[in-house]
Amino acid sequence: MALIEIKNLSYTYPGASNPSIHDVSLKIEKGEFVLITGPSGCGKTTLCRCFNGLVPHFYQGEIKGEVTVSGINVLEKHTYDMAKHVGLVFQNPENQLFALSIEKDVAFGLENLGASREEMRKKVDWTLKQTGIYDIRERSPHEISGGQQQRVAIASVLAMEPDIIVLDEPTSFLDPLSAEKIFEVIYRLNKEQGITVILVEHRLDLTAKYTDHLIVMDKGAIRLEGDPRDILSNEETRLIGVGIPKATLLYQMLKKEGFNLGDKTPLSSDELADQLLEAYGQR
Amino acid sequence: MSVFDGLKFRKVSSPIHNLDPRIKFVYVICIFVAAIMFKSIIPLAALFVMQLPFVFVAKVQKQWLRSMRGAAFLAAFIFIINIVTRFFSAGYVFTAFDIEEATAMTLRFIVLVESFSVFFLTTSPDHLGLALEQSKVPFEFAFAFTTAVRFVPVLAEEAQTIMDAQKARGLELEKGNLMKRIRNYIPVLIPLIVSAIRRSLELAEAMESRAWGACKKRTNLYALKLHRGDYILLALIIVILVAASYFFVFVSIPTVASFFGL
Amino acid sequence: MIEAENVHYSYPSKVEALKGVSLTVKDGEFVAIMGQNGAGKSTFVKHFNGLLKPTVGTMKIDGVATTQSSVAALARNVGFVFQNPDHQLFSETVEEEIGFALKNFGFDSKVVEERVTWALELLSIAQYRKTSPFLLSGGERKRVALASVLAWDPKTLILDEPTIGQDHEQKERLRQFIMQLQSQKKTIVAVTHDVEFVAECNPRVVLMKDGKIVADGVGREILTDPAMLELSSIVLPQVAQVFTKLSSLGLPKDVIDLYEAKALLLKTKARLGR
Repeated sequence: MALIEIKNLSYTYPGASNPSIHDVSLKIEKGEFVLITGPSGCGKTTLCRCFNGLVPHFYQGEIKGEVTVSGINVLEKHTYDMAKHVGLVFQNPENQLFALSIEKDVAFGLENLGASREEMRKKVDWTLKQTGIYDIRERSPHEISGGQQQRVAIASVLAMEPDIIVLDEPTSFLDPLSAEKIFEVIYRLNKEQGITVILVEHRLDLTAKYTDHLIVMDKGAIRLEGDPRDILSNEETRLIGVGIPKATLLYQMLKKEGFNLGDKTPLSSDELADQLLEAYGQR
Repeated sequence: MSVFDGLKFRKVSSPIHNLDPRIKFVYVICIFVAAIMFKSIIPLAALFVMQLPFVFVAKVQKQWLRSMRGAAFLAAFIFIINIVTRFFSAGYVFTAFDIEEATAMTLRFIVLVESFSVFFLTTSPDHLGLALEQSKVPFEFAFAFTTAVRFVPVLAEEAQTIMDAQKARGLELEKGNLMKRIRNYIPVLIPLIVSAIRRSLELAEAMESRAWGACKKRTNLYALKLHRGDYILLALIIVILVAASYFFVFVSIPTVASFFGL
Repeated sequence: MIEAENVHYSYPSKVEALKGVSLTVKDGEFVAIMGQNGAGKSTFVKHFNGLLKPTVGTMKIDGVATTQSSVAALARNVGFVFQNPDHQLFSETVEEEIGFALKNFGFDSKVVEERVTWALELLSIAQYRKTSPFLLSGGERKRVALASVLAWDPKTLILDEPTIGQDHEQKERLRQFIMQLQSQKKTIVAVTHDVEFVAECNPRVVLMKDGKIVADGVGREILTDPAMLELSSIVLPQVAQVFTKLSSLGLPKDVIDLYEAKALLLKTKARLGR
């Protein structure tokens, strides 16, 4: 069985007239790096909140269909039961940190789960090192940059050792370099620790190269899903309003002019540069 | 960076800061009790002087002076009221003893302010939160306290941004009569409230996602443990209480006036 | 015209956020101010409409020092759109929201009505005229905020992080809108670290770091200088990244435009005969 299985899920927020998610079915396997994209208001944020049961438990509203995560029926469990399986990281780092020191924030989930002090110490230290914030563990959240704050937010869900980390536009408030560092931390967790990652992002320029499973949503439904190279070269993706990475666009423009760089659609500037060098016979 | 940097909590470390906040609180209570016991200048002055080493070791002289200056006005008020009531109730006479007692009452007030200010100046909010968590106070209460410390400066900064945004649209807060001025603040208050609500929802989501309420017995990363300094302070507390009781019961305390043969 | 001369600014907490900034923005120019969070970008642009006044140095708008004028008076010529629309929306309807500034500036009700209609149409939000701004989506709220500033038709427009949280379509619409304003000879100053967006708009780029201006010039020059960008926590635009890696082919490095890139790459193909 897949790690995450969603079947015919529809959800309407209380008081809303139209469903935010409409008949979504989805399978995510263990160890995947999934990227969900789509225009604002397409339902991707709502979908994120279904993985740990914030939708519907926190938001109420009307839900139909099935959500199974790590073999657990999410609709029947509390959000706090899911915390050990799904870690959710939100857009604004400021509103996710509520303790007065970083390591206390990272320990917050474990404290709620009633972990022993020795166990907690071990996991917190490990997590702080994984996310590169061990050296600043005793500072207050006011004393660190936005990028560091977002790493604390990641660490604080990672400490509970979830199977899956879901990140909802985690870098939209950050400068490009800090954003890149965050993505690298996530990518490493995925590759080295085998944690399944679900990342919601507009900016494919920065993120397309990490993913092996791309989902394009529009108007509450999944419109395209699969290998990012196929999807990004699909005309429909552009029509939905997804920002195609410049390297991919350039590849397509050259192809249209009869300059064929091979079948592999590049997802990053590195890939495109290599393909160009090869085509020019410089390799 | 902003106007409100001063509000933001930062970690400070000193032998006094590192003391267990619970013991420090007991110390405040002890000084409080001792100060209530006496009505004469000498023991109260002793209590006042005894706290000065705390101020200097913690290196909070500046802040301490500021809080003392703040208390000075009230102290003067207490002194005058004391003198005046004594003057009238004693039938329009006025003795050295009256001045002495009025001074003692004022000094008592100053000692109380001093002990509380030493406590708050040397106890960082995270320590205080921790002390709350580990006493019998329900965790929700302790959590509310630390969250408030965390978010008050954030909200203050946000209020500043909102004011700037509305000023940039021609809002003049200081214009008009009193009623108009109050109304001027509506465009600032509404966005601030809306944003605070939005913030608290996001906060609640983040808490839920981190297993808030998962088990009845919450644990804690930090344990407040008593160190050597805490035991020394505890001993000091006992000495103060014993000495104060002894003097209170067995020793008749001379007045300052008696030294001058008055 | 905006003229900053050796502007220093210290917050009451004694933190010096600007350490001698000099910059002249001519009428009709489009300038992007870039740099790391905390570099002083926002502090600097808040001087343009007098929200902050320099501690040392002078800040002149159209030849008049900002210390001689109130924020309300300066704002007539310098419109400031804040990053988060939720920091300014408070009215019951979109119409009232857009009319707010006009009333503050003392326009009479007929003019207010006209200008509101004009602004609503300019940003294609006329259908929401009677809707509460709080019921709109994030992108729509952002447009209401923009309309509420454009309504009084200021000569200069300051945009603080206009692309944050915006999707591709919204950014594209914003870019076209900025071009439209530019053709009307408006002065535009955008604070941003969205390097791809800046590469597409290709404005004059001013780079700030630690309260100082460290670079000032055309986009293709500054956005393709890796050392400069590293200093400001910005990454190269993707097109420039490709050309940096192709430098062994004798191609120029300072390329940020997709179409220019395409032409160059095709020419190289012909040159190398492959």
